[in-house]
Amino acid sequence: MANLEKRGISTGFGFLSLKAGFGILQTLIPYDESYSFGRTFVVGLLNTLLVSGLGIIFATIIGFTVGVARLSNNWLIAKLAGIYVEMFRNIPLLLQIFFWYFAVLRALPSPRQSWAASDVAFLNIRGLYLPQPILGDSFSIVGWVFVLAIVATIIIRRWARKRQENTGQQFKMFRVGFGLIVALPLLVFFALGAPLTWDIPKLQGFNFRGGMTIIPELTALLVALSVYTATFIAEAVRSGILAVNSGQTEAASALGLHKSKVLKLVVIPQAMRVIIPQLTSQYLNLVKNSSLATAVGYPDLVAVFAGTTLNQTGQAIEIIAMTMSVYLFVSLTISGIMNWYNKKIMLVER
Amino acid sequence: MTVHITSPSPSLPPPASSVGAVGWMRQNLFSSPLNSIFTLAGFYLIYSLLPPAINWAIFQADWVGTTKEACTSDGACWVFVGVRLNQFLFGFYPPSEYWRVVVAFSLIGALVAWLLIDRLPKKGLVGLFTIFCYPIIAYYLFYGGAFGLPVVETYKWGGLMLTLILATTGMFFSFPIGIILALGRRSSMPIAKSMSVVFIEFWRGVPLITVLFMSSVMLPMFIPENMQIDKLLRAMIGIIFFQSAYMAEVVRGGLQAIPRGQLEAAEALGLSYWKSMFFIILPQALKMVIPGIVNTFIALFKDTTLVLIIGLFDLLAVVQAAFADPKWLGFSVEGYVFVASVYWVSCFSMSRYSQHLEKKLHTGHAR
Repeated sequence: MANLEKRGISTGFGFLSLKAGFGILQTLIPYDESYSFGRTFVVGLLNTLLVSGLGIIFATIIGFTVGVARLSNNWLIAKLAGIYVEMFRNIPLLLQIFFWYFAVLRALPSPRQSWAASDVAFLNIRGLYLPQPILGDSFSIVGWVFVLAIVATIIIRRWARKRQENTGQQFKMFRVGFGLIVALPLLVFFALGAPLTWDIPKLQGFNFRGGMTIIPELTALLVALSVYTATFIAEAVRSGILAVNSGQTEAASALGLHKSKVLKLVVIPQAMRVIIPQLTSQYLNLVKNSSLATAVGYPDLVAVFAGTTLNQTGQAIEIIAMTMSVYLFVSLTISGIMNWYNKKIMLVER
Repeated sequence: MTVHITSPSPSLPPPASSVGAVGWMRQNLFSSPLNSIFTLAGFYLIYSLLPPAINWAIFQADWVGTTKEACTSDGACWVFVGVRLNQFLFGFYPPSEYWRVVVAFSLIGALVAWLLIDRLPKKGLVGLFTIFCYPIIAYYLFYGGAFGLPVVETYKWGGLMLTLILATTGMFFSFPIGIILALGRRSSMPIAKSMSVVFIEFWRGVPLITVLFMSSVMLPMFIPENMQIDKLLRAMIGIIFFQSAYMAEVVRGGLQAIPRGQLEAAEALGLSYWKSMFFIILPQALKMVIPGIVNTFIALFKDTTLVLIIGLFDLLAVVQAAFADPKWLGFSVEGYVFVASVYWVSCFSMSRYSQHLEKKLHTGHAR
């Protein structure tokens, strides 16, 4: 404490309501210099959640694809997937982030020479410019129809499953679900006269205006996080599938189940029990690793709050404690949800 | 006259399309239309990536020279790496003292090799030497200040040397702490147990960057003003705590795998808790988790790159700093490829070794 006083550091959380006075590169909620330090916390947190959420989605897709490809009976595909895993797993994540950011994205052309995709999307050194959807007034109806369709699908699915268990009659769930969730909202959308316009980015002077921008920092971080975490997910998927006793597959085939049904009804449910715990820890790692954002200047929680805000206020204890508790909270929440799911699909031993 | 065939005629050879190279390809590459498409796509991918990469890295690369002007071709400019290799390996360590680093790393390399190769004798003695004497020798070799060796301040340490020092120190100290935490977590004493659980879950729940931030920003506030803790030492403390938590979980996995009967038998023989742990449980548990320990070491080795964020010059940071040299602008790809290959070779060989151990230790009950 004596140390703190000597250094002229005040304590307490009063600083959160003070004016921040610095700008942030990417904000998901309204923010400028006149907002408070507390607001910088929220902005950083949302940016962290954005990159972690997107990273989890991409890493899961790539990871499952590569994991299954590694077990393919196609020799070349299995080897290629193996090379992918071994190559990216053994290189530090920070190095991969640097590589994508400094070596790849910095080599992109300037705004005037940017690569264009049919004059609506542009890629240059400042980022990826995409058309932004502008929702019309009646678009909310489409949204509600979509939500209702999902609820209806879940109810019908429950009913269909119960009926199948009781009577053995099967129900064409996929067609009904597809019709409800995809086709119905589309129909409503066009019936309302397509209440959606696109804001297309245009080159004005030295930069693009309008549309949405995906900043290169986000792209580099996202690519590196997804590619790196996907290798671990692929290994988890592979070990999960290998853990299913080959007798199970053979028995299912002997019963005359089609190959896809064997996968869906026999292999995947059992493999998931092995995969889920490993998947959880990989998701947690991804969220924690997203803090490497600070190395390339993506404004995540650590870069904005534990970086700039800390430098401006000097209240290290409060800020580091808040930052750490956010990660602790996210970690505990994700592992809680995954444990619940794990318990749900766990083998019921008789 | 009828002919009686008493011996069966020799069996026909299998069809030509199912043996040899053709058969192998039919079975493994073109077994179905979809597989054929995948195979062709795979070959196209290799064709479009591999030759340009090899050309860039080897055939069109410039290998010799001392200045940027030596790089005239289209390929990689390894001159950049060659010129700065000493800096990449030793940081700002004085060149006249390089031999100390080499001796220290050769010694630990030899000691570890002695412990890992099965045939060599006196493992116990070598192990004790590694644990108790080597750290002191290494400290005086790296830092100096005794036996006539000049002091080399830690801010001059850098490059691959710093990376290795951070990783090995982290491993060395986190190992005993991790064991104690793991024992604490499985203990029946409520206070020891809850303290271990909280410690482990806390360090496992936060990113290493915030730990490093904490050790570099917060730690100085809690120690007396006249006591200065070295920046490197602060980073090391953070890494050791962080690593201990992961190590504890690995060791706990091994402890859980030991059947209860082992502990009960030890107790029945009248051994105390610590004796039964040290002579009965831990030797079996640790042997079982050696692959897991190697894996956490690989993770730690990769994670040491993060110290660049708090301003220490590890391998990646030194290379990254070299890009800013106005005489050598525009060689970032070469630098990254160099660092990546150093890490890749080390991590890949370690993971192969751990797989080999897993196979060796996996006696019986193979699925």
